[in-house]
Amino acid sequence: MTTTAVTGVPVETHLRARRDAGRKLLVPYVTAGVCENWTEHLHACAEAGADAIEIGLPFSEPTVDGPTVQEASDRALHRGTSLRTLLADLRTVRLAVPLIVMTYYHLVAREGLAAVCAALAEAGVRGLIVPDLPLDESAALEQAAAAAGIDLILVAAPSSSPARLREIAQRSRGFVYAVTAMATTGERTALPATAGAYAATLKQHTDLPVLLGFGISTPDHAAAGARSADGVVVGSALMRRILDGAGPADTAAFVTTLRTALDR
Amino acid sequence: MREPGANGRFGEFGGRFVPESLIPACAEVEEAFRDAWADAGFRRDLDRLLTVYAGRPTPVTPAWRLSAELGVDVLLKREDLAHTGSHKINNVLGQALLAVRMGRTRLIAETGAGQHGVATATAAALLGLSATVFMGGKDMARQALNVHRMRLLGAEVVEVTSGSRTLKDATSEAMRHWVTCVDEAYYCIGSVMGPHPYPWMVREFQRVIGAEARAQCAAELPKAVPDYVVACVGGGSNAAGTFAGFADTGAQLVGVEAAGGAAISNGGVAIMHGHRSYAIQDADGQILEAESIAAGLDYPGIGPEHAHLHELGRARYVTVTDGEVVDAVKRLARSEGILPALESAHAVAWVLRAAGTAELPAGSTVLITLSGRGDKDSNSLMEIQ
Repeated sequence: MTTTAVTGVPVETHLRARRDAGRKLLVPYVTAGVCENWTEHLHACAEAGADAIEIGLPFSEPTVDGPTVQEASDRALHRGTSLRTLLADLRTVRLAVPLIVMTYYHLVAREGLAAVCAALAEAGVRGLIVPDLPLDESAALEQAAAAAGIDLILVAAPSSSPARLREIAQRSRGFVYAVTAMATTGERTALPATAGAYAATLKQHTDLPVLLGFGISTPDHAAAGARSADGVVVGSALMRRILDGAGPADTAAFVTTLRTALDR
Repeated sequence: MREPGANGRFGEFGGRFVPESLIPACAEVEEAFRDAWADAGFRRDLDRLLTVYAGRPTPVTPAWRLSAELGVDVLLKREDLAHTGSHKINNVLGQALLAVRMGRTRLIAETGAGQHGVATATAAALLGLSATVFMGGKDMARQALNVHRMRLLGAEVVEVTSGSRTLKDATSEAMRHWVTCVDEAYYCIGSVMGPHPYPWMVREFQRVIGAEARAQCAAELPKAVPDYVVACVGGGSNAAGTFAGFADTGAQLVGVEAAGGAAISNGGVAIMHGHRSYAIQDADGQILEAESIAAGLDYPGIGPEHAHLHELGRARYVTVTDGEVVDAVKRLARSEGILPALESAHAVAWVLRAAGTAELPAGSTVLITLSGRGDKDSNSLMEIQ
């Protein structure tokens, strides 16, 4: 077996260090291949204060994505985006913050778990989120990811039982992705009132950073979410802007507003 | 055809590949189904509805003229005579009763040809539930009659405009919607697919087709069991229900896929819509749009138990073309006075092609499940005349 050359910034040590220094964590999401210069948006996010960046590898049958990310995925797929193009594009990207790929299990499993993890690591990816792979099925990928030096970030939901929340918190690596509400991804007018208590519960189970995602749409949402959690993931609100034509400078400006709200 | 293992697998297929948000809902459906299926009262209520409301048992009709022409003895299991015009009502009555037992007030469903949507709207009306049916825009256009029927029955029909605007996209959308309303809504899946326990549960609700047919064949055939049991396969619920009645016999089980959506014949292993099975996909693993004249077979995947039966060699899966299907509709209509659904005509088309060959030798006895009636397809057929 060949040894993978692991590159890129590790997720967990990076986020822990920043969290422990008193910083609230910000992870913007960008759909791979959504536009020609999509990797420039990654640079813009990093320069504007992102602590890590989540990159969506689109799948034709997305079961957790709302309309905005679906539209971004459709656009990316029409542009020919695939695991192969993602890996090629990322080889040109080197950032001081960790890169995390989010995709569906079919696209990971069909290529072979070990092969995909090794290829991602070689391209500089250090975290992986697979939202349709539940805890009960994830052991093999946990092993393959760990062997490749990739943190498999597990997702917790408001509907998870206390026992499952505990197990998710214990088995997740990098951070725990806490879904704010029983919903798909997408912009919302208000953050669910229950998100705070749920993030606080998760934090009792783990010393890993706990980040809230889904529906974080404004700087105020980000600040509110990060009061109980260690930080937030912002996807649709950013992708809506990119779909509407925002360039990297606009992305940087939006991420800066989120950063400012979190640092306030 | 047994109960899947604790992890919801048929061999390596099936399972529960859904977002964490839906895991408790799936577990709750499984627990409720196990409890209900072991409850004689629930079974009695369902049997009574199937009898006094859905019109069961449906007959087995010998296809006298066709048999003489083909040189094989053809029997037709007449799910086209069930209330709402297809086998879909069997499963939906079971799931709707389960939803009531679970305290749910709303059914959500996906539909392709519209037959599952009509059955869901029907059961909802019967049991005082509301219904929301997701349907691809392309399917809504070609199955306008069924859209109208659903609305007459009081259901809300939601047009799905993403992706290929067919059943696969309606299924993804229904699953996404389910996340938002698991406490009040019950997701009534229309075929032997989705996360565990759906493929197993739907097969059990459709087992009535095979169980009845087994007894009816025993009365009709000197050898009691037909040599071949043939059914069309999209997701594969009518085939699963039919095969369940004959899996322990020597009958050869044949599933007939649409050539443009042949998950087993042309696809590879895939994980989508909550389970691991086969689906047609491109070189990058993106799921392809199926192409079939029959909206109900316009689905790129197949239920996981069929994938397992295929790997075991217990059932074989073949394909027919749209042209063969249209010919089969006309042939059955003119020889027997029965207008089958385009979906069901796939099974007939394979028998027409294979009869008298090594695949289906002369003198064989064949049971074909006619999963539904063809009235809904009149517009499609008129357009291609």
